[in-house]
Amino acid sequence: MPKKTRRLLGGIGLVCALALGATACGGSDDDGSSGKKVSAGDIQAALKKGGSITVWAWEPTLKQVVKDFEKEHPKVHVNLVNAGTNKDQYTALQNAIAAKKGVPDVAQIEYYALGQFSLTKSVTDLSGFGADKLSKTYSPGPWNSVKSGDKIYALPMDSGPMAMFYNKKVFDKYKVAVPTTWDEYVDAARKLHKADPKVYITSDTGDAGMTTSLLWQAGSRPYQVDGTNVKINFSDKGAATYTKTWQKLIDEKLLSPVTGWTDDWYKGLGNGDIATLNTGAWMPANFVSGVKNASGDWRVAPLPQWTKGDKATAENGGSSLALPSAGKNKELAYAFVEYANAGKGVQTRLKGGAFPATTADLQSDAFQNTEFPYFGGQKANKIFAESAANVGSGWSYLPYQVYANSIFNDSVGKAYVSNTPLAKGLKGWQDASVKYGKEQGFTVSE
Amino acid sequence: MTTLQQPAAVDRTARASLKRDRRSWTGWGFVGPFVAVFALVFLAPIAYSIYLSLFQDRLIGGNTFVGLDNYQQALQDDQFWSGVTRVGLFLAVQVPIMLGIALLVALALDSGRLYGKNFFRISIFLPYAVPAVVATLMWAFMYGTRFGLVGDINDAFGVSLPDPLSPDLVLASIGNIVTWEFVGYNMLIFYAALRVIPHSLYEAAEIDGAGQLRVITAIKLPAIRGALVIATIFSIIGSFQLFNEPSILKPLAPNAITTDYTPNYYTYTLSFNGQQHNYSATVAIVMGLITMVVAYVVQLRGMRKGA
Amino acid sequence: MSSPATTASKATSARTGSSGHAPRLRTPRRNARNARTADSRRPRRSVLLTVLTGLVLVYSLVPLIWLVISSTKTQEGLASSSGLWFADHFALWDNVRETFTYNDGVFVRWLLNTLLYVGLGAGGATFLAVLGGYALAKFTFPGKRAVFAVVIGAVAVPTTALAVPTFLMFSKMGLTNTPWAVIIPSLISPFGLYLMWVFATEAIPTELLEAARIDGAGELRTFFRVSLPLLAPGIVTVLLFTMVATWNNYFLPLIMLKDPDWYPLTLGLNSWNAQAQTAGGQPVFNLVITGSLITIIPLIAAFLLLQRYWQSGLAAGSVKE
Repeated sequence: MPKKTRRLLGGIGLVCALALGATACGGSDDDGSSGKKVSAGDIQAALKKGGSITVWAWEPTLKQVVKDFEKEHPKVHVNLVNAGTNKDQYTALQNAIAAKKGVPDVAQIEYYALGQFSLTKSVTDLSGFGADKLSKTYSPGPWNSVKSGDKIYALPMDSGPMAMFYNKKVFDKYKVAVPTTWDEYVDAARKLHKADPKVYITSDTGDAGMTTSLLWQAGSRPYQVDGTNVKINFSDKGAATYTKTWQKLIDEKLLSPVTGWTDDWYKGLGNGDIATLNTGAWMPANFVSGVKNASGDWRVAPLPQWTKGDKATAENGGSSLALPSAGKNKELAYAFVEYANAGKGVQTRLKGGAFPATTADLQSDAFQNTEFPYFGGQKANKIFAESAANVGSGWSYLPYQVYANSIFNDSVGKAYVSNTPLAKGLKGWQDASVKYGKEQGFTVSE
Repeated sequence: MTTLQQPAAVDRTARASLKRDRRSWTGWGFVGPFVAVFALVFLAPIAYSIYLSLFQDRLIGGNTFVGLDNYQQALQDDQFWSGVTRVGLFLAVQVPIMLGIALLVALALDSGRLYGKNFFRISIFLPYAVPAVVATLMWAFMYGTRFGLVGDINDAFGVSLPDPLSPDLVLASIGNIVTWEFVGYNMLIFYAALRVIPHSLYEAAEIDGAGQLRVITAIKLPAIRGALVIATIFSIIGSFQLFNEPSILKPLAPNAITTDYTPNYYTYTLSFNGQQHNYSATVAIVMGLITMVVAYVVQLRGMRKGA
Repeated sequence: MSSPATTASKATSARTGSSGHAPRLRTPRRNARNARTADSRRPRRSVLLTVLTGLVLVYSLVPLIWLVISSTKTQEGLASSSGLWFADHFALWDNVRETFTYNDGVFVRWLLNTLLYVGLGAGGATFLAVLGGYALAKFTFPGKRAVFAVVIGAVAVPTTALAVPTFLMFSKMGLTNTPWAVIIPSLISPFGLYLMWVFATEAIPTELLEAARIDGAGELRTFFRVSLPLLAPGIVTVLLFTMVATWNNYFLPLIMLKDPDWYPLTLGLNSWNAQAQTAGGQPVFNLVITGSLITIIPLIAAFLLLQRYWQSGLAAGSVKE
């Protein structure tokens, strides 16, 4: 019988080889589209000719943009697919690129994740499509995020200059002053929690996006990327500033142990248990839809400063639309991306509650004077726009930030649930990121 | 379902009839479709994984043949072994509890001493019909110390229960969810096996004047040993592949559940977050071998015991 | 590859080795059943035992009660009321209506998809398991013992790691993002194969097959005319288990499907749950909860219906030899 088993297995092996041969032996040939020169005339011709493109995005405002775009160009059909939210979609995109099948023509990619795709030339360089002329169109934060040297890998869709959202009702009730520096923030945290043990200044259980953004604001630049040379170091002065303050909040148990975006978190934002939220300017739409019952309670203030009188801020979140190299209809795809992110689509998306990356909109009176009924009529965009103008320069993410963020809580998370100091947690994250980088063939220094 | 008993008996009955049956390839006609689909969805990916495990694909530098390097790395990988230890602990504690409860309920149902037997049987089986995704979401809501059931109990009784999702307790909390999902399923398997025990055996026991406990240990348990062993083996495989519950709880307990929490979660992280398909395949194969060895040992011992 | 096979086939022979000690089922079952019916009236019902088993019952039902209560609440009600009692506003019907109409009624589409996957997947899985189990029980053929050994061995390999290789393969075959990517893997139920093997061995008297063959009936005809009716109770049981497995399928569709139009309910509900986590996304936890409830109701209903069938099936299955 063993002989027969072997024969059976041999047969199966053959089947596999037949089924898999192509995949297993497939080489890489994903180039050939970068640096392509496409004139505005070519794009117009493509729009006239018509066709169909697939867009992978989870941004809700794009639905209306697609409708308008199709109305304007009746021969073009846009197939908008929500292929998952952030990480899920990147996984799907990586899988599709690996399989060389089912790759969309346009994909939403967050700024922190773009490096992973541009490094492997999985997304098209758009400079030849006319994107090189758009440098003045976007505010510097988002623009620098999509650019690498003279190559432009995506067009910015929105941005997330940071601000502090705070529950005014809670601060008024306990007569605590709204903090303008992080030292005051710690003080306010103590006062609020003392006044009512259920109230926390904010909730934090370790979030890679927020930690990197606050490091960014504190002047830390832990990642230096030059092609395949990467430097990772979390021990600069900025990082020390951040860990010193945040360690206080952790040690004195001043942070609510509720994880962001969960049901409990929404409840906490609504009932006053969570008093502030430091995040990107895209947040108001989420407040309106997710925390309806606290309408009128919340206000917006500039992000607390590390040094009194400063105006430093950072970006948190924000995404772009890119053209995967393996996508087909490049001209149409670019036409859509330009329409959505630089053309008429921008206004549509602003109406839907998105926050712009375009300078003209950020500076327009209509935008800055918009009153937010949710924030008691406050003209919150003024604060956001000012934040957008003061984003610290020189920040970059790792070319494998998606992976690095996914393992953030393995090391830094220990600081939130045990006696591990935050700085040590960050060192652990650094080590894991260095290890992965080396495994992937990067030249990594610390 | 009536006859979930010794596979041993199966072989013998089958063999007896087969001696007379010379059309030896006819059987393949019947089992062939299963085997063909099985080869496509299980064996081919496994073969492909073995192939993949011999290579290393880097973001920079591309794909290279590395022989058994990945296996060497896996054997020395602390992240992998900590996950193995964790599911080992889970297996040692959760599986006996779950199967124990299932067995006790099955025996209680079979004893005929319960009021409302059918209601019990159906209700206890119900959780099995709940998708793991939904089950985990439900329990996660209930575990909430602020707004969940735990929070309600704390408020109502003025106590302060520990957070079920804290690093110390989260494994037990996962065990609870898995137990909840599968107690009824295993109960039903045991119950069905108990129902087909020939009554003549009980009569013999009665004549001997054996008590309830003696009937259980001397007749019922040996009679359903086959069902016990197969349930244990499927539970072992399930424990070693623990993934759905921790991954759905992860957003709620990001620091208690690490990305290498279980071997299966680790392979997921490697493959889906890190694009390290080759190493992920290696870890999966090593884990598959470990699972088979453990299942094999359990089967040997289970069959020897009381035989 | 040969090593799992050998290991597992050894395991099979180990089981065979102990066959001499296995309790045999040679007693005519009809008598046994009658005797037991009489017997089951004899033992006194025990309050203590009922209460103890009742604890397990409570444990099983509390989360489901929570689900039912929560599905009567609005998104705000969820935030502001205790989990185990009703909120002021009873919103169950609003929730149900909204679940079915939200996002242009995509929930209905997911429901239909799930029915398609369950119909073809569980139906096909049961069919393959019945054929395979029948072959293992009633035929000898080369490699027979290896089949089940290889099946158990392969099941031991973690599925998450096989997902990407499977995805790449299916992608080559053009199956990803189609219903086939979900249905084909659902066609395999190792436990179903085991159940049918055991069941067919007991339920189909070999003599009956011999007789049919002597009459000159072909194997297929024998299978459909003689064996299949005898296998009915086992088939229902396997169908029940494969239905649950397919209905609850989550991980593989997650990888294989990108188009929400092809999502099964589990994936769809999870996407609604994840929606709360994005910029501009609207949290709809109330719909996730109500949707979850609606998702499990058909399964529970099917189980209760099949349960009744199965009861009579049990009796039918016991008439043998």
